[in-house]
Parts: sequence; C-alpha cells; structure tokens
Amino acid sequence: MKKVVTLADAVSRIPDGAVLMIGGFMGAGTPPRLIDELVRQGKRDLTVIGNDTARPGVGIGKLIAAKLVRRVITSHIGTNPETQRQMIAGETEVELVPQGTLAERIRAAGFGLGGVLTPTGVGTVVAEGKRTVEIGERTFLLELPLKADFALVNAKRADYIGNLEFALTSRNFNPLMAMAAETVIAESEDIVPVGVISPDAVGVPNVLVDHLVGKERSHG
Amino acid sequence: MDEKTLIAKRVALEFKDGDLANLGIGLPTLVAHHLPAGIDVFFQSENGIIGMQALPQEGLAWNDLTDAGGSPIGAIPGAAAFDSALSFGVIRGGHLDVTVLGGLQVDEQGQLANWMVPGKMVPGMGGAMDLVSGAKRVIVAMTHTAKGEPKIMKHCTLPLTSVRRVDLVVTDMAVIEPTADGLVLKETAPGVTVEQVLAATEATLIVPAQVPVMPISA
Repeated sequence: MKKVVTLADAVSRIPDGAVLMIGGFMGAGTPPRLIDELVRQGKRDLTVIGNDTARPGVGIGKLIAAKLVRRVITSHIGTNPETQRQMIAGETEVELVPQGTLAERIRAAGFGLGGVLTPTGVGTVVAEGKRTVEIGERTFLLELPLKADFALVNAKRADYIGNLEFALTSRNFNPLMAMAAETVIAESEDIVPVGVISPDAVGVPNVLVDHLVGKERSHG
Repeated sequence: MDEKTLIAKRVALEFKDGDLANLGIGLPTLVAHHLPAGIDVFFQSENGIIGMQALPQEGLAWNDLTDAGGSPIGAIPGAAAFDSALSFGVIRGGHLDVTVLGGLQVDEQGQLANWMVPGKMVPGMGGAMDLVSGAKRVIVAMTHTAKGEPKIMKHCTLPLTSVRRVDLVVTDMAVIEPTADGLVLKETAPGVTVEQVLAATEATLIVPAQVPVMPISA
C-alpha cells in the first residue's frame, strides 16, 4: 500500500526547524519508534506541541534530552527536570498552556475554527496579552488555533489504508492532532487488513493519515 | 493518624453517591481510599477516562491504562475512555461534580494559587486551571501551613490558578468555607483550638459562635 513507508523514510520527510504535534500523555500514546528515529536522525530546532515532556528517557523526554527541541508548547513540564533546566538556562523556550485550552486550540485548528472562547485562565497570567469577550454574564478568553507541519500520532491498531483505532488513555491528544497538521505520520503496534477495524471503532479515518510507518518482520 | 490521612478522611465525607470526581495528584488521591460505605464515586482522570481505580495488583500494568501521572491504573466495569477535548469538555462544561486539588495558597476571596512559585518551581498548570474554572465544586486539600508559614493569606502572593472562589478548604487544622462575606471557620480538627487556627492563618476568619470538631470517615 502506498501509505506504508519505512520508519527512516517517514522521519526523513521532517526538516530541521519543523513544528511537530506529538500525541501522548506522559508517554502513553506517544509513538515510540518515531521518537527514537527523530533522535537517531538528529533533527534540530524542533518546535514540539504536546501535552507534557514526560520524564527523562520517556516519550518527548527523549527529544528534550537529545537537545533537539528549540521550543515546546505544553501544559506541564513538572515531571521532567531536564526541560525545566533547559528553560531556566534559556536553551529551550517553553510556552505553558492550560491542558484543556491546549486541546481546544489544537481542535480549533483542525476543525476550521478561528479560535475558542474559554473561561480557563481569565484573570491569571495566562490571560496576559489576550483578548477577552463578554458573553452574557461571563468573561471568556479568546484562544487562537494551534497548527503544525507534522502530527506524529500513535495508534493501538491501524489497517492497511490507515484507519486508526486507539486504546483507553493512549488516545488522549492523538485524534485531535491528526486533524491539525499539514502532514500526519502514524505509527501503530499492529497493522491489520482492511475490515478488521470496524467502522464504529475507527478513531481517525484513513483519509487524515498521510504516512503509516511499516513494521519490521519479527518472525517468518 | 498523620495530617494527610486526616485531611483525606475529612474530604471523603464531601462526596455524594454517584458523583463524578477528579482528584489532583498527591494528597487528593488519598481521598479515594477513605470513601464512606455506600458512597460510590466515578473518578475521572483527565488523560481520558471515567471509572479509573487503583491498579488491582502488581503484574497487571498496561501501557494504555494510566493515570495523569503516567502510572498504571485499573478501570471499573462501566468505565469509559475518550480523547482530551472530551475530557476537558467534561471538566469545563459543568459535568464534573467535584474536584479535589492541592494548594500552595488560598486568599480571603477564596482564590487558589497552586501551580507555580516564580523563580523556583514552574511545573506548568496541567489541568488545574480548567478544573478550578469548570468543576461544579472545588475542594482544596492542603496542610494549613508550610514550614510554619500560613498558606491561608489576605492576598495570594503566588500566581492564581483561577479567579473563581473555591467552595471548601480542608486542612490538618480546620475546615474553612469561602463565602461572599469572607472565609468562615466551619470546623476545627480534633485537638485544635479556634485560637490555634487563627494564629496559623494570615487571612481574617469569620468565627461563628459554635465551631464543631471536624468529623472524619471511618
């Protein structure tokens, strides 16, 4: 199938300085082989949009440790001391975004919206420099869409044409990010024949996936 | 009983049968262990599940079933999983009955600061700002003082998590209810006097004629 590419080929399409959305939450649902290959190919000056930077040696934490990330847009770095060190040292720029706002900014980009109005962050440092809008009795912050050049998403199962199915808490940001990037690269634990994933179980429709990372043969 | 267990056992009495609740990391997670008999609560984890429970036993960890700290959990029958937009829609949209969060400071207006100490600790707000802005009920579970310094202040000196007034503050010394008129001292912990609470609190407290002793769950 034309969608299936090798791991090296998938990552070679990503230039230095690219803006990447990377699925996952503390490493759960982060594509492990794509992360390792980004490190192996030594991609530089990346902007990473992701929920967190996990822990050292886990998920996005591997990119931080390898100093491949120039800027990260995320809700939480508290579990990764190396991200905090790089931020304080001025090596990595960190934009902190409330988690629900991060999800909605990504969703807005992918769903063709000009932004979202959220009560989260009103009256706090998060509101600095942002427009507020009064709707009825309430004040909302205008939060703008977040787009990326590439989304790197991880599925539990994919089929040959790129329909993706997710499992429990590994779903998290993956379906949102698959809508919000120019190019979507998906990785999956298993790749199964078309029809094995029932239409109702598809979390990301195949038309959104540009490249599916093929699997090595483990036997046979 | 240590101070965290005391706080957790008092907070546990705030739940109603069938509540949907989200517990912050740390002290708040202890609350789940102390629910009174007959009170069944659905716990949300903001990474995308309603119906989480503790990992039933070692050896059952699964990479696709984790809490917001990335640690393995279990799930009760009837649990449901979903993406981050729906998870925060639940939180922001008024569907979450109660959240229990830790605190660094609470002020006389009942506003909470719990996500950063400028220059010292900048972990990020994670889901805290959405939880405080959106939950129907916000309970702060925290020690009354930090290294002897009051955490219940006239004005928070740390950056606020939300301008929303929280609903209840439970500490190892007292239960305090923020109201439009100010902070009302509702209960004192066993063995703690009203005077001791006042001495450990920077904010002005409204002290009713009768201040009962804090009940705790069995």
